[in-house]
Amino acid sequence: MKALIIGCGRVGSTIALQLLMEEWEVTVVDENEDALSRLGENWPGAFLVGHGMDADLLRAAGIEEADAVVVATDGDNTNIVISQVAQKRFGIECVVARILDPARADFYAARGLRTVCPTKTAIDVLGEAVRACAVPQVPA
Amino acid sequence: MYVIVAGGGKVGANVARSLLRLGNEVTLIEQRRDSFERLEEEFEHQVQRGDATELFVLERAGITRPPDIMLALTGDDEDNMVICQLAKEKYGVPKVIARVNDPRNQSHFDLLGISPTICATSSIMALVEHEVPEHELIHLLELRKENLEIVEVQIDKSSPVAGKRVEGLKLPEGARLISVMRDGRSEIAVGSTTLEAGDQVLAILEPGKEDELRRVLLKR
Repeated sequence: MKALIIGCGRVGSTIALQLLMEEWEVTVVDENEDALSRLGENWPGAFLVGHGMDADLLRAAGIEEADAVVVATDGDNTNIVISQVAQKRFGIECVVARILDPARADFYAARGLRTVCPTKTAIDVLGEAVRACAVPQVPA
Repeated sequence: MYVIVAGGGKVGANVARSLLRLGNEVTLIEQRRDSFERLEEEFEHQVQRGDATELFVLERAGITRPPDIMLALTGDDEDNMVICQLAKEKYGVPKVIARVNDPRNQSHFDLLGISPTICATSSIMALVEHEVPEHELIHLLELRKENLEIVEVQIDKSSPVAGKRVEGLKLPEGARLISVMRDGRSEIAVGSTTLEAGDQVLAILEPGKEDELRRVLLKR
């Protein structure tokens, strides 16, 4: 299985390393060359420096043969556009995009994009946590 | 009419000012604090501060009315694409216009069905082609929806097609000659039309076929 990861921050790099452990063939794209260091000292996969909006770069990164594309740059709108390009131009079925803004994540999810919204997850988990620890104790 | 303008840089602010002068109702959205404060002195309540790709910012600016047109004029192409998608598909804004900052992103705007777009770089390049005579193949019109373009080619003495009939030309697939202009008179190019040096030929073709067409008509 081949995966293309766009954006090699905390999220992208960790997913890249995990998929690699699961024996995926992983290619990572990031604007910043220094991001390679997040992948450890001996990253065996491909790493391309460039912007995910660049269709030529995506082709060079093998998007046409990818089974899955993970879009996790630090820009919501950049992720929204790149994932639509992957889906509509390159016909990739499994495109997962990180979108921090819950409103935009919902809108694009309704339009058929697989969006993951860490903010929403944080709201849910924090809400549950606070409710759990602040439950009024019934006086004896 | 009611217009929302996203992006209060030079382009957005000047467009908003012009629209206001013509008697339109305008809301300008600008994200950066320093720019916003400067704009507020001039536009007062007609400028709002915020990220125009956030739904609540758009809603505060009155996008649910909806406006007659949304202008996405920020300096960021991804933002402009998202603003237009939200305006059209979520809020039913009937018309959008998007600014393309990097011409390499044009194909993304097209892919997402965002039209019309305006790109300063592309406009300047089109003008350069018109103004500088050594460009042998002049782009006259881009029919983006149809994925076709119309170009003009000047046939000269060294051209291999001078003296040949149109029906005998090995034009690339996806390219056709439209008309031939000679001595200030234009006629539709048909199979029996013979090309001569000095002719100005109009051709319609799929983008990307320019080099092939140039090779056939001019041999270079």
